[in-house]
Amino acid sequence: MQQTAITPPACSSQELDQAVAVIRIAGYDLLADPSGALFWPEERMLIVADMHLEKGSSYAARGQMLPPYDSAVTLASLTRIIARYRPARLVALGDSFHDTRACERMEVNCQEALKTLARNVEMVWITGNHDPEIPSMLPGTRLHKLAVGSLMLRHEPMVREHVLGSRYGEIAGHLHPAARIVTDRGRTRRKSFVSDTTRIVMPAFGAFTGGLNLLDPAIRLLFERDAFEAHVCGKTRIYTIAPDKLRPD
Amino acid sequence: MMTELPQQFQEWFAGQGWTPRLHQLALIEKHAQQRSALLIAPTGSGKTLAGFLPSLIALSERPKRNDKRPAGIHTLYISPLKALAVDIERNLEKPVREMGLPIRIETRTGDTPQSRRDRQRRNPPDILLTTPEQVALMVSSKDAASYFDSVERVIFDELHATAPSKRGDLLALNFARLRRLSPRLVATGLSATVREPKELQAWLSEQKSGGNFLADLILAEKSIAAPPLISIMETEERLPWSGHTCRHAAKEIYAEIKKHRLTLIFVNTRMQAELVFQLLWAINDDGLRIALHHGSLEVSQRRKVEAAMGAGRLDAVVCTSTLDLGIDWGDVDLVINVGAPKGSSRLLQRIGRANHRMDEPSKAILVPSNRFEVLECRAAVDAADAGEQDAAISREGALDVLAQHILGMACAEPFDAESLFVEVTSAQPYAAVSRKVFDDVLAFVATGGYALRSYERFAKIRKDGNGLWRASNPHVVQQYRMNIGTIVEATMLKVRFGKPRGSQFVGGKVLGEVEEYFAETMVSGDTFIFSGEVLRFEGIVGDSILVSRAAPNTDPKIPSYAGGKFPLSTHLAARVRTLLADEGSWKTLPAQVAEWLMIQQQKSILPGSAEMLVETFPRHGRFHLVAYPFEGRLAHQTLGMLLTRRLERARLRPQGFVANDYALSVWGLSDIGLRETREPGFIQTLFDQDMLGDDLEAWLNESALMKRTFRYCAVIAGLIHRNFPGQEKRSRQVTMSTDLVYDVLRSHEPDHILLRAARADAATGLLDIGRLSEMLSRIQGRIIHKGLERPSPLSVPVLLEIGREAVSGEAADALLAEAAGELIAEAIGE
Repeated sequence: MQQTAITPPACSSQELDQAVAVIRIAGYDLLADPSGALFWPEERMLIVADMHLEKGSSYAARGQMLPPYDSAVTLASLTRIIARYRPARLVALGDSFHDTRACERMEVNCQEALKTLARNVEMVWITGNHDPEIPSMLPGTRLHKLAVGSLMLRHEPMVREHVLGSRYGEIAGHLHPAARIVTDRGRTRRKSFVSDTTRIVMPAFGAFTGGLNLLDPAIRLLFERDAFEAHVCGKTRIYTIAPDKLRPD
Repeated sequence: MMTELPQQFQEWFAGQGWTPRLHQLALIEKHAQQRSALLIAPTGSGKTLAGFLPSLIALSERPKRNDKRPAGIHTLYISPLKALAVDIERNLEKPVREMGLPIRIETRTGDTPQSRRDRQRRNPPDILLTTPEQVALMVSSKDAASYFDSVERVIFDELHATAPSKRGDLLALNFARLRRLSPRLVATGLSATVREPKELQAWLSEQKSGGNFLADLILAEKSIAAPPLISIMETEERLPWSGHTCRHAAKEIYAEIKKHRLTLIFVNTRMQAELVFQLLWAINDDGLRIALHHGSLEVSQRRKVEAAMGAGRLDAVVCTSTLDLGIDWGDVDLVINVGAPKGSSRLLQRIGRANHRMDEPSKAILVPSNRFEVLECRAAVDAADAGEQDAAISREGALDVLAQHILGMACAEPFDAESLFVEVTSAQPYAAVSRKVFDDVLAFVATGGYALRSYERFAKIRKDGNGLWRASNPHVVQQYRMNIGTIVEATMLKVRFGKPRGSQFVGGKVLGEVEEYFAETMVSGDTFIFSGEVLRFEGIVGDSILVSRAAPNTDPKIPSYAGGKFPLSTHLAARVRTLLADEGSWKTLPAQVAEWLMIQQQKSILPGSAEMLVETFPRHGRFHLVAYPFEGRLAHQTLGMLLTRRLERARLRPQGFVANDYALSVWGLSDIGLRETREPGFIQTLFDQDMLGDDLEAWLNESALMKRTFRYCAVIAGLIHRNFPGQEKRSRQVTMSTDLVYDVLRSHEPDHILLRAARADAATGLLDIGRLSEMLSRIQGRIIHKGLERPSPLSVPVLLEIGREAVSGEAADALLAEAAGELIAEAIGE
């Protein structure tokens, strides 16, 4: 791995153990990070989904002046977890840009930060419905999907039967899952990974990306009834939660 | 020298058997002198007619014009309620008709069809009756200057109700613009009795540097009416510990309806209205004509009820504050207030509905819905007898409202920043706004006002070649007009029978609508009452709540918010404390309540009126601390948040808290009572005043309440667009994105104008920080601690409210940890 500057790890390995959750699919162990990123240690691969860069300016162009800092926040978060995991490969799982002109609107520092990022790792851009074209100024490979071992990485998850009938497990994004938890002590709603033994649906990584309740049929029907887990992103760690503790909106 | 009515009017008054009242003549004189004035008069004193008389006289004397061009609007009458304008039209038309005056009167509200609005533009009436939102729409239209240049009078009815709100802020700004468009404008404010008339006099006057300018004041002659007869309803049934349903009193309420000609039954929320309405119909063996009137009913249905009332075809109406304000329904001879009135001003207003005539006493019955409310009702009756008012009015204009107004002004015509600044600061709520703040708001309107100036090319308003600010394109104008107003309504969901089937559903009859936040508190299987039935919550699909009929005899889970939305007023709180402390006064209370207090005295303590009681006891494996400040739900919620943080720092592991209008309870894993025993004075330090410093700031930033406040400000200021039917965009999605926007803004521009607006709102309205601060200073050295083995009688109502507050920050993470812990326990077979 090339790295221009040496950054110390952001936390000790012990802290890391407490923060992440191990998700096992198709025989591989992956680490779910509370930031919403997924790390595959064997492959030294870091995966982020649905960054929606420049969502703020996309709204601004239509008259709603959302703050222009979402790209900077998202990229700073990305930089932090790259420093933590030091991946060889970074896979952006689609909808990295909110629209096809997002990169043109991006502040120059953000553009530069993104280029630097993409230069220092082996960058793979998977295309999504928001970004069918990846801006040409950015280094990296462009793909519709990526097969690694027996896992298929793609933007939009396939229907359940297709995954079961395929020889690949799947890692996908697109749906922005969020978990709602209600107990007699209170309720909360957070972004979340959803997984069973064959697939993971990742939460959105972007600073302005909202979430869809993971009990919504669009997500729920991707999994067998009650045979999935939610890995909910807390402030500093992942909480793994069984389906019966989750509530619809 | 006393003004006299013109001959025609004198004769009409005589024909009614009336003599003009002094305040009516005084207002005519003020108009003749071109002086703005505030008229304070009790309801039923001919206030409405007084407001219109100068216009009627002026219009009756107006010389006939030769050309056929319409003369334009002469008088603009602005009321906070749609129903009110309808009623006034009826009352106003009578004198006009009977005197045969050549005056055309029309209304314009949100319900007025576009075709009629267009016609009103082409051919304006002499008197236009309208609402603050419609004024904002008209003032921001391109032809505002020509449309309003004829206006000579503006009448603000129920000004005491409008002024202390964001609606009042918006109206004050548009009033400032009206003053500019029609320099001859004379303003009249009509108000019920208020504590500080000067606040409203200033609101009515143009403010300039170098002083506080006041409109004149006219006080109506003292009421000759007998003092109102107010009583508290006694019931045979057991008084509930908590809740707001008044189920126990249905029989007695029904009996009172039977005894009277027309009864108005006021409740505090729409849900309560539904419930009381159903309770009454369930026992309506005599087929009494009982109707329902509240804000989420169809307009046509509301009008029908109003018409039926006017025509004397009803025996009772269950209503919310939609009927709170000065509608003169004539024949009402009894007002019943269900639940505690929360403030003496509101109580006096509502009582004013009964026997709307000067010479008969108003008659009112208060129906407390739980034991604490009995105390509060007693206090309210005493306050009303003493004629005490509690509503404060003065406020600093909200900056989100200013942002909306600035955009509106750019939509009307290009403006020069300096002259708009002068105009804006002539409005009393904005008189203290600095040029710097104004410019910040202006920058926000244009491009979001971010330090990172990357949105210049998307600017909504821009400076043109002449240095004037104008709307960038017609789309901006269109968006502005769709998002106007300061009332951010909760998103409504339809309630219908049906079962969720994936993202679809099968079903079902639509029963009505409820607020989305109510739905948020429910999980599948919960039961609630709506349109008279106990329903089982099945799920939400799209914009519908799907329900089924609950099994017979199911007890509904009544939403906790169905109680008072209004916090207990300061004056009433002090009276309640005094009542508690004075054993001699308990004989005025129902026996059950007096007994309850007596048991409290035996088992624990009743505090003196200047003291605050704190009890500690174990319950269900947790340790509780219950404090009784009697400062209202908002102040208690703030206090609960701050106490929780403080206990966390003291490593006393608090787990949650709950607050009602009277008390709050904090619970956790450590025994605070034990700590107090080991370290006397510990509880006193918990309530130190310094908690309003850093703790408050730190908590505010994380709180769900702050995020919701921010969302409202963002909508009003135009950062986020409102939801419209058909857009298929649920407010939860907006909630998500505004929360994220809030977080990003807070870390990047902590001083952003919208954060400032949200903080100001939170501090004044939602958190009641001023009140909390006064309370903390009042109780220093006056905290009485009582360690107990079990909950005290006084603590029962607040313990019963332990429910489902949304949590955030660390508490939310703790919640997640608990759920994960349960998963582990399940896995290892515990």
